Amino acid sequence: MRVFIGVDLGSTTTKALILDDAGEVVGRGITNSRSNYNVAVAIARAEAFIETLFNLLARRLRETPALADVEERLRAALKREFRMEQHLQQLAYLRKILVETASDSRYGERASLMVDAIARITDTMVAGAPKRFRFSRPPTEFFRDLASGEFLELAQAEANASNGAFNFDTMAGVFDKAILKVENRGLDLSFSANITPALERCLERFSDKVGERASTVWDLVMDISETKLDVASSVGTGYGRARLPFPKKQIRSEILCHGLGAHTMFGATRTVLDIGGQDTKAIQVDADGIVTSFQMNDRCAAGCGRYLGYIADEMNLGLHELGPLADRAQRSVKINSTCTVFAGAELRDRLTMGQKREDILAGLHRAIILRAMSLLARSGGVANELTFTGGVARNSAAVKALRALVKENYGDVTLNISEDSICTGALGAAIFAWRTVHQEGMAT
Amino acid sequence: MSGAQTEDVHKEPSMRLQKDMIGGHFQALANAKKNGKKVVYTFVPGNLAELLAAFEVLPVLPEINALQSGMRKKSGMFIGEAEKLGHSEDVCTYVKCDIGMLKNGNIGPTGEKLPDPDLLLLSYTGCFTFLKWFELLRQEYDCPIAMLHVPYQADGKIEPGHREYVVNQLRTEVIPKLEEVTGKKFDIDKLREHLKLSVQAEDDFVAVLESAKHRPSPIDSYFGGVYYIGPMFTSFRGSEAGVTYYRALRQEVEKRLAAGVGPITPDGPMGEEKFRLVVEGPPNWTSFREFWKMFHDEGAVVVASSYTKVGGLYDRGFRHDPENPLETLADYCAGCYTNLNLPQRIDLLCQYVEEFDADGLLINSVKSCNSFSAGQLLILREVEKRTGRPGGFVESDLVDPRYFSGANIKNRLESYLQMIDQKRSVGVSAAPGMPHSKVDVEMGP
Repeated sequence: MRVFIGVDLGSTTTKALILDDAGEVVGRGITNSRSNYNVAVAIARAEAFIETLFNLLARRLRETPALADVEERLRAALKREFRMEQHLQQLAYLRKILVETASDSRYGERASLMVDAIARITDTMVAGAPKRFRFSRPPTEFFRDLASGEFLELAQAEANASNGAFNFDTMAGVFDKAILKVENRGLDLSFSANITPALERCLERFSDKVGERASTVWDLVMDISETKLDVASSVGTGYGRARLPFPKKQIRSEILCHGLGAHTMFGATRTVLDIGGQDTKAIQVDADGIVTSFQMNDRCAAGCGRYLGYIADEMNLGLHELGPLADRAQRSVKINSTCTVFAGAELRDRLTMGQKREDILAGLHRAIILRAMSLLARSGGVANELTFTGGVARNSAAVKALRALVKENYGDVTLNISEDSICTGALGAAIFAWRTVHQEGMAT
Repeated sequence: MSGAQTEDVHKEPSMRLQKDMIGGHFQALANAKKNGKKVVYTFVPGNLAELLAAFEVLPVLPEINALQSGMRKKSGMFIGEAEKLGHSEDVCTYVKCDIGMLKNGNIGPTGEKLPDPDLLLLSYTGCFTFLKWFELLRQEYDCPIAMLHVPYQADGKIEPGHREYVVNQLRTEVIPKLEEVTGKKFDIDKLREHLKLSVQAEDDFVAVLESAKHRPSPIDSYFGGVYYIGPMFTSFRGSEAGVTYYRALRQEVEKRLAAGVGPITPDGPMGEEKFRLVVEGPPNWTSFREFWKMFHDEGAVVVASSYTKVGGLYDRGFRHDPENPLETLADYCAGCYTNLNLPQRIDLLCQYVEEFDADGLLINSVKSCNSFSAGQLLILREVEKRTGRPGGFVESDLVDPRYFSGANIKNRLESYLQMIDQKRSVGVSAAPGMPHSKVDVEMGP
């Protein structure tokens, strides 16, 4: 099967998106960007390949009448088992590295106690995996976030129980070192390497329902596992694009990719606002999705995703918790500062004055969007539809503030936000890759 | 306007010639007091080079010192010095760099101390900062000051009354001050002789600028352009050395033109010309070579720029007129780019985009230069609208190294160039049947 890949190497997350020959999106992968860009790209691509194969599997299952009654549940269950298998692989490796790290001579006599604690903690994590993956959707797709949440909670309990033999901070330090190694190791988390045990468990669980049809399922899945995905063309974009192992012609600016991606999602849009980790872009596109002008923040990253990250850290919250908390605001506290660091100071000041966290957060979200409004104005304003993309478009409070300010400034214009907005740049890049083959006849 | 460069830098022969000329000038300045020469501090836009030459005084141009400091990586330290003295972060960095240099012994680019001024000749041509700058210098030096106020072209033209007003100031303010300082009587015939030399150099200079209308352009009219304007905008207009330089430069450019080759960059001859740009705004000096590289790496050549017009719009037909020596100086001062109103600037840039068949207008918006930066977004939109060619916008600073964010500028420039490229391929339709990107299986874990 011939595929076309777009990779968006952002400062916070790396996204890969795959199109098939018909130009349909068949797979996407996302991972957190890290110090090693190559690993981030490899993981995002691998994830997108996995999704592509699951997508193919879904098609094949649907086309198999004999499995019609179990197809949907089977597919969902297999995917969850597969995700769990990946998780277990990473946990096993994390355990090994944690033990190695904790065994360092610098920890002296504490080492053996810590190693024992790590064994208990990781045993608990492994034992908890089925519950986590089979019966609910994990709160995050990133192993780092999932593992750290669990590990640190259990480590706190172990530290408390150690009667001062070792403390929580030491354990957290060990974890920080180990998780970096796990992330950068590049374990084989591919479909073919992890599908067999997942399928075995799945068929066992569904043995009553699948019965003798198990061999049909087995053959079908194995067939998919052996499907070769030929990459006909790749295009890279995003801040790390220069690091991508593509020829220069296959590297595109994220401005163009976001413009084209947004145009593909919402054909009538003429204005695109992208708020990413470290930059905010206001882009105008024409009827073909071609960029006609753009403005970006310069010198200062206040008003970007990192601003929210900073505020989340200041408030001891997860990034994904900010929006929902701000949504509970009764009123929006006016935040005048346009500087991330000053906003942090203002935040603490407001808290000591007894103002509610949610009200302050609502004000901070509005402050970010105010910065974006200035860029929008400078790029040429909002003519008809505005499409909001980038990681911050996932934040409900930011969307709410944008909606209000756009209405205030430009009247009733349609605001488009795709559930897949984070993949907009990767989508644009993938279309460029698709075009290089389909329209320029050039394969790379 | 040569800067400090490393050994492996490629240079045009004219650049070496210019370097020697500038070296000679700074040598003369270093020995000025010893040789009994008088020294005048003045500005590039509206500088009265021929008049100064007629009085045999040596000019010092503070903006040139500042940009030289920028290229020699000294401006950061100088600006820091000026900020210690209380100058705000937002003050023009040329001013702060100059003040910092002054406070550090006023050592010029050749390593020799610049002489104190015998006269501060303030030619005011559209930049208010110049007034404040010389107020600061007056606090430092105990010397006379002559103010030449040039009326802004508010209505888009030089009115007869403007000319008269400036000529009157030359007669009653500038020339008497020069006579007083030098002890010499004003000799109008000597001024005419210098003006004749100016005209010769101006013709050759314009031929060089016009060469960029060819494809490929044999020159870069911004990054290379700042070298080409050097002698003309400073102390060599109206001199034999200036005539020789522009003759040599023109020959050099015509040779490249005949050979069908592009500009020489510091990294060697430029590769294929892929983009032709008009640039508005001064360049960044602290990362000049890096900035230029971002362009030539992408095959982008600047075919016309407004910055190379701050010392006069010779390419629009202005020539010094030896027959009307004082009137021509007045017209020259009033005609500098900094003295043009916004509609005039827009007209000029639109003409450049069209005459030089450029792909679009790129603005380098300089943080600390209000004179250039005010109205730039309006200029951009208007030029885009009138020419139908896309505009680009990058931001940096003159000589404050803190305000050059390489990754950011490169990102924007590359995006702009790719945007031009994408526009060229209009007609290539979007992918057929490209759906709303929804995948029919659940994503994520």
